[in-house]
Amino acid sequence: MTMNNESASLSENRGSNLAQLLKKYGIVLVLLLMIVVISILEPAFLRPKNIFNVLTQVSIFGIMSLGLTIVIISKGIDLSAGSVLALSAVLAASVGQAADATAKYFPNLPVLPIFVPIAVALLVGLICGAVNGLLIAKTGIPAFIATLGMQTAARGFALIYTQGKPISNLTKSFTNIGGKIFSVIPVPVVIYAIMIGITYIMLNHTRFGKNIYAIGGNIDAAEVSGIDVKKNLIMIYAYCGLLAGLAAVVFAGRTGSAHPGAASGYELTAIAATTIGGTSHSGGIGTIRGAVIGALILGVLRNGLTLLGVPAYWQQVTEGVIIVVAVIIDMRKNRQKK
Amino acid sequence: MENNEYLLQMKDIKKRFPGVMALKGVDLNVGYGEIHALVGENGAGKSTLMKCLLGIYPPTSGEIYFDGKLIKNYNVAEALKIGISMIHQEISPILYRPIMENIWSGREPLTKFGLVDHKKMYESTKKLLEEIELDEDPMNIAANLTVAKLQLIEIAKAISYDAKLIIMDEPTSALPSKEVEGLFKIMKKLKSEGRSIIYISHKIDEIYAITDKVSVLRDGEYIGTEDTNKLSKDKLIKMMVGRNIDDMFPKTPCDIKDVYLEVKNLSHSRYFQDISFNVRKGEILGIAGLVGSGRTEIIESIFGIRNFDSGEIFINGEKVEIKSPIDAIDKKMAFLTEDRRQTGIFPMLDVEFNLTLANILKYVKKSKLIDYKNLKEDCNKFIDTISIKTPSPKHKIENLSGGNQQKVLVAKWLLTEPDILFLDEPTRGIDVGAKSEIHKLISMLASQGKCIVMVSSELPEIIGMSDRIIVVHEGKITSILDNNENITQELIMEYATDTYKERVN
Repeated sequence: MTMNNESASLSENRGSNLAQLLKKYGIVLVLLLMIVVISILEPAFLRPKNIFNVLTQVSIFGIMSLGLTIVIISKGIDLSAGSVLALSAVLAASVGQAADATAKYFPNLPVLPIFVPIAVALLVGLICGAVNGLLIAKTGIPAFIATLGMQTAARGFALIYTQGKPISNLTKSFTNIGGKIFSVIPVPVVIYAIMIGITYIMLNHTRFGKNIYAIGGNIDAAEVSGIDVKKNLIMIYAYCGLLAGLAAVVFAGRTGSAHPGAASGYELTAIAATTIGGTSHSGGIGTIRGAVIGALILGVLRNGLTLLGVPAYWQQVTEGVIIVVAVIIDMRKNRQKK
Repeated sequence: MENNEYLLQMKDIKKRFPGVMALKGVDLNVGYGEIHALVGENGAGKSTLMKCLLGIYPPTSGEIYFDGKLIKNYNVAEALKIGISMIHQEISPILYRPIMENIWSGREPLTKFGLVDHKKMYESTKKLLEEIELDEDPMNIAANLTVAKLQLIEIAKAISYDAKLIIMDEPTSALPSKEVEGLFKIMKKLKSEGRSIIYISHKIDEIYAITDKVSVLRDGEYIGTEDTNKLSKDKLIKMMVGRNIDDMFPKTPCDIKDVYLEVKNLSHSRYFQDISFNVRKGEILGIAGLVGSGRTEIIESIFGIRNFDSGEIFINGEKVEIKSPIDAIDKKMAFLTEDRRQTGIFPMLDVEFNLTLANILKYVKKSKLIDYKNLKEDCNKFIDTISIKTPSPKHKIENLSGGNQQKVLVAKWLLTEPDILFLDEPTRGIDVGAKSEIHKLISMLASQGKCIVMVSSELPEIIGMSDRIIVVHEGKITSILDNNENITQELIMEYATDTYKERVN
């Protein structure tokens, strides 16, 4: 992409339609281009089974990236989402094992209805997130530090709780969450889609959503507008934690087990997806649509490179380059001429 | 008991900040349906008093009664709720959001399902904008608006709170005169509805045009309250300044030599067009203009902080390319930035560090290590010669007064032995005594043959210190004036608002 500042400012002034279109949908075009190129090189990519496969792989960090999007719009960051996922997953799994499971965590526990482990996972996520928010709002420490602390501590709790061992043999109703509806549509994809809808409405159609933009865009203006910044910050991080808890349910459902080292580094993938999708780390700018497209770009890239036989280590390098290039393009787009 | 004829009574308000007493016992009484001017020089404590009133921070002591009730320990949201709103001078908008969200931030209209009612928000914003005669689409993003329009948005927002008391902190500082008329119309309408307004302004004419009463603050002290129409201009100015203007600006006449810095046809697509001027050795060139007129951007471009699209810069007759502040420093330029806290000092570091930073290379020995002995000597020398009041060079700069912080910054640049000094608002937010010392320092530097380019919002400072004055309006020079006894604040204001021709015609 060679659009320089000059032409960017021209297009603003004259409202050139093509440039506006590119500006608005640039990242969608990148996704489409990737899909076209990969499909030409490897037609198997377009098989419905593979498409659902990509979507299922995307759904876990995709759900997390929805939470991270609102955190980053508020000019924050959450590094703890992966660890919170692991902690939520092991706690949920420990009350969601099948009757005939070997190495039951609670040997005398009867099989509980599926909503119990789900509620446990969501609650754990919510609490961890709320603690992040409380720390940030009440003590004023940077989000980076608060959530780094949570990242380490939550992982530690998960290890303590499990003594480092995985918890497996989950109930059928639990693993169904990782399965398919009518043997076609993967449940994780449905959950992801529902959360996209809910988060979209929350961000664009509620006061809370507007407050998130206001806090990230100009915290002083938010304050003098009478927005309770602290309360909103706590809610923002709590929601992000809640989504990590939900991602934990999907994760455990898909793998049929939970181990304390799960989802290590997932928060960074989620942050990458959000960032590729155009959410600005300087706050106040970002969309759910972008977060979804960003997650899809990463998912398509991973799947495509695998299909094309690119070695796993090179896939990581490619992914790293894509993340940085996407942000460079995005910054050029947004930068005002100095 | 409390007097019921007043909407607002502030009694003996004191506010202490670390190292400075910003308010030293101030009273303010505002009646119902009254437009009350609050005046005083920069740093007199007006904004501090208003921030105490709005609940941004609590006063150290004193009582506030609003609508007959004692109010205390409240935050901004609560102040807004009981009917106090404010047009902030310094707060910028939420840039990348639409106008309507800026106005209704934190209190968006809701549908019966509890979702934000965008349609209603759009309609009410449209109505509001019509009321203040601003022709903009409520969906337009704030970042696309001019400073003047943003100011009108702030006004619309304050009105929309349906407040009993509206504080307007220099609402006209960025407004062209036509829009000022519109604002006055709005103010009169608000008054006729029984609302009260506290009007903070530096512009004497505006105060007489619109206000009923005037209260004056000076250096954090309450000077008095008078009926506007019974108060003479002379007396008002005397109340504000409290001394003769000549004493404030100890400019010593000095030899002005040859042209040294010359700028030709400097243009920038956003901020300024076709800027040409020169500065001679030993001369103080003042640049006046409203906030947002491009005055800061001009000198920032010369110093390489910003780029520009076309134009040339000459030093001593030679064309120079300045692409970054490093180039500028290399050409013996220095730049005292406008915002001391944001781009000037390193608050958590000591005086020594702040003073030597721009010139640290001077103290690097052959071994590539820093020669602290030399560095300390120079520090002490400057602390003495320009009398920086600090317990020691190792004292944190944030604990010094604003005036002394500013002196450290001046000293920092003097260490680089500059020939050209750009000073952007050199005395903003520092108290009167320190101001006059900074002015003495500027005058002394000019007498050493340095070129001084000074941007200032304070017209008395511009008039008191400059040899020549450039006035900028919307990115263009409207006048270059030789400073003499015929130059008045009013004249400069006319050029700054580009209304001079109107009046002459």
